[in-house]
Amino acid sequence: MTKKKETIINVSLIVALLVVLYVMEHTIPSTAMIFTVLKKGAIYALVAVSMNLLNGFTGLFSLGQAGFMLLGAYTYGILTIPAEQREFVYMYYDGGIIHFSVPVVVALVAAGIVAAAFAYLIGLPVLRLKSDYLAIATLGFAEIIRAIFQWDKLGPVTNGSNLLKSYPTFKSVLFPFIVSGICIAVIVMLINSTYGRAFKAIRDDEVAAEAMGINLAHHKRIAFVVSSFFAGISGALLAMYQTTIQASMFKSAMTYEILLIVVIGGIGSVTGSCLSSFLFIILSEWLLRFLDSDMYIGDFHVPLLRAGFRKVVFSVIIMIIVLFFRKGIMGTKEFSVRGIYNFFTRKKKAAKGGDSND
Amino acid sequence: MKKKLLSVIMAAAMVAVTAVPTFAADTVKIGVYEPASGDNGAGGKQETLGIQYANSLTPTVEIGGVEYNVELDIVDNESSTDKGPSAAAQLVSDGVSIVLGSYGSGVSIAASDIFKDGGVPAMGVTCTNPQVTQGNTHYFRICFLDPFQGTVLANFANENFEAKKAYVLTQLGDDYSTGVGFYFTKAFEALGGEVVAETFQEGNSDFASYIASAKNAEADVFFAPVSIEAAALIIEQAAAQGLEMPLLASDTWDSNVVLNTAKGKDVQIYVTTFYQEGGNAEFDEGIKEYINSDSTAKANNGGDDIVAAVSAMGYDAYYVALEALKAAGSTDPAAVNEALWGVEYEGVCGKVVFDQENGDAVRDTAYVKSANTETGAWDLVGAQQVEE
Amino acid sequence: MEWFSKNLPYLLAGVSVGGQYALIAIGYTMVYGILRLINFAHGDIFMVAGLMMVYLSASVPVYIAIPIVLVATVILGFLVERAAYKPLRQAPRMSIMISAIGVSYLLQNLALYITGGLSQQYPPIPWISDVVNVFGASTKRVTVITPFLTIILVIVLVALIKYTKIGMAMRAASKDFETSQLMGIKINSVISMTFIIGSFLAAVGSLLFFTNYTGVTPTVGAMPGLKAFVAAVFGGIGSIPGAVIGAFIIGICENIIKGMGWTTFSDAFTFALLIVILIFKPTGLFGEKATDKV
Repeated sequence: MTKKKETIINVSLIVALLVVLYVMEHTIPSTAMIFTVLKKGAIYALVAVSMNLLNGFTGLFSLGQAGFMLLGAYTYGILTIPAEQREFVYMYYDGGIIHFSVPVVVALVAAGIVAAAFAYLIGLPVLRLKSDYLAIATLGFAEIIRAIFQWDKLGPVTNGSNLLKSYPTFKSVLFPFIVSGICIAVIVMLINSTYGRAFKAIRDDEVAAEAMGINLAHHKRIAFVVSSFFAGISGALLAMYQTTIQASMFKSAMTYEILLIVVIGGIGSVTGSCLSSFLFIILSEWLLRFLDSDMYIGDFHVPLLRAGFRKVVFSVIIMIIVLFFRKGIMGTKEFSVRGIYNFFTRKKKAAKGGDSND
Repeated sequence: MKKKLLSVIMAAAMVAVTAVPTFAADTVKIGVYEPASGDNGAGGKQETLGIQYANSLTPTVEIGGVEYNVELDIVDNESSTDKGPSAAAQLVSDGVSIVLGSYGSGVSIAASDIFKDGGVPAMGVTCTNPQVTQGNTHYFRICFLDPFQGTVLANFANENFEAKKAYVLTQLGDDYSTGVGFYFTKAFEALGGEVVAETFQEGNSDFASYIASAKNAEADVFFAPVSIEAAALIIEQAAAQGLEMPLLASDTWDSNVVLNTAKGKDVQIYVTTFYQEGGNAEFDEGIKEYINSDSTAKANNGGDDIVAAVSAMGYDAYYVALEALKAAGSTDPAAVNEALWGVEYEGVCGKVVFDQENGDAVRDTAYVKSANTETGAWDLVGAQQVEE
Repeated sequence: MEWFSKNLPYLLAGVSVGGQYALIAIGYTMVYGILRLINFAHGDIFMVAGLMMVYLSASVPVYIAIPIVLVATVILGFLVERAAYKPLRQAPRMSIMISAIGVSYLLQNLALYITGGLSQQYPPIPWISDVVNVFGASTKRVTVITPFLTIILVIVLVALIKYTKIGMAMRAASKDFETSQLMGIKINSVISMTFIIGSFLAAVGSLLFFTNYTGVTPTVGAMPGLKAFVAAVFGGIGSIPGAVIGAFIIGICENIIKGMGWTTFSDAFTFALLIVILIFKPTGLFGEKATDKV
């Protein structure tokens, strides 16, 4: 299979996906749960991939994702609330001090930039730290950012610890898919570039990578800043999805959740992260919800089912994956057209009686 | 092999899920959007209890000449503004005609746009923050508002304790708490008082320093419009440190958790609320019987049969919803939304009429009660009104 | 004198909460010293100990409930190590840390399921729950007892590590994990012992903590857990006296910050302290210099 052919197939698959979504949107009522989970899944896919870029491809164990999402979400919210709505949103702060709003696309990019800028500053000191120290320091930074955004002295900008709302949101499920898609494509390009190879070298052996002439500080910083940039954008998307945001929702629990998605998908696999995001969101927010309410099969009252059981089942599944399927769904492999093509051609060969030990 | 097993588990999980509830032709669904866990879980459960009790009494409604079964679709918004919207989306997706809830203003505001986009009207039961209904036509509410409640409490502090200085403690990231604190401060300062304001993070359990600060500030009253969970911790610490000033609080504190914590301790607690047990003997008796007959209901009520004001409000909300369904003559959410504007209902907590601007119930009375630390019950102090 | 009586409550609260953090921090620092694992589930074990007390005290008297809780918590800590960490001994460090996060997630969700998501009221424990008067500040007796009890327990622990055989094995394992195995140390029993001691102290800590702050919720362990870890880093990870001193400093600072009216930042301060320490003195106050081995 030629490279060109592969590209054509990939592009047409993506177009087909968008067409399917478009058709779905015009045939299924828009309130159906499937759209809710698809939207959220697409957003989590982006943040999971951005975390994977750090944890999976560069080997930097960072737990600051929720903090960067918060920065993105707030930047987006603060910049796009229509001027005439500000009086209601900032009702405790006399309408706030910002009296303009910018277009959605500009705000999305700004969300990324603000998160990236903070990442750059935070990265200066913390990226020198090793593995778990880095994890706990980034976790700490996320908590500090959260406290700062809740400070009532900053209320005229951040609305204190209260909700931000009334900013533009998206209706169509295509929007998060397209934005996330573009961002993930950029990340994939980065991973396939010389930078990406340097990242992997750092992950596999820092000392060896340095000996090979890779500038550790520079590359780590790039990975950190880029990852945070996209975390910021996904934060903005999350803000749009939720229709309201508040600093208190970006707790460390959120980072853990994203980390678990990355682990389930396979640390070091972009497609794995995407798949597991959808799986995670669809199961936890939709399909497993039945575990939370009483159920009768005939006259038999199914035991154990009550509020909270969904989460127990879910965390048991996660533990099983963490302990027994450590590679997750995809391991470090990618789901690709070429892979499937090779898989089938190999099978054919085997069937023909050719050697199968290639 | 392992991979295969993994995919089998995943597939099994997907298949196991197809247990979708079936629709009967003559069923109307009322969504109940309440917290059953998290900070406000205790209050949310009591509110849901009132709705369930009302549903058990009146399980059917006649809409457009046809008898419909009323089915409650209860979801848990986990008291959290980020989990709430997907619970709300679940309700919209289930095709409910109207939503009741939530206890806690933040989650209500967070879900507001989801209901709006889904074209489903919602009715707040005890969410008192003005932002819930402000500027929209689909969110209604049957309780009083924070500006009213804050003013009542400020007046009460001023008149009964001659308070000149108040210590106000609110929870960060809780729109309800911040709101009541804000309006109390405004009213209290307008009366010439002085306010010392502090905040705490969600999940904080160490209130020792806050009590010490209130003492050091030489405040006359300690005002803490916070969740029940925090309330219990505050009472515990206040008693340990021998806080002498009265604890003032808003409707959330009207809970048996607060009573049980305060029992036998040397604290003074005053709260504003929607309903006082004894206000309607028939209702009290009925709901007590309902609570005592069902161990789950009793556990949800906090283990005893003291009637919470939020249960009474939930009870009223259910009947207001039925009135709206009757008036609409259809289960179509848009028609119900339209009909809600004209609904009038005489409930156990007083008359419900919606104003025509925001869809707030016109309420001018709040009950003030104090915790009796000997008997572990509420004593009615009086009904408080405010002239606008 | 007036200044003293005004600030005494903050100091008391700080010392007492510091002592409680210290008891949790020892678990972190010992586990980290040997396994190089941030045991994220440790804070949740602390929470589970609190919940067990709530449920047990409903059916048996407190003086029976307390030993049962201590034993059960120790068993829980032991089982968590066996089930979730031991299988990953040869795996990369990231996997085992993720497993710790998974255990924490599981314990919290189990607690959520069992409690129905509501805060549980911790039972009053006779004598230590009583209100006493210290230099004019009124507080629960537990506030006063905590620092002394903590110090006694630490002295016992240090003696144990210094003078017993298992203590020596622990020291050897934390110096060099692989070599100590070659020297015939049964590394699995050493690790189990570490978890047993850590869980025991966490259970004692939970007893003291919840007697003072009586609400037990599924997430109540998360923040004290993180702060205790910070304390361990602050004092120099692997060093027991360091963790204890770090915990007291953090507990006191936190309450002073609250006393100064910076309540929004009382948690953030702890993390700021952590970052400053990590940057300027990564080995903490008493930590040994760790060398990178290639």
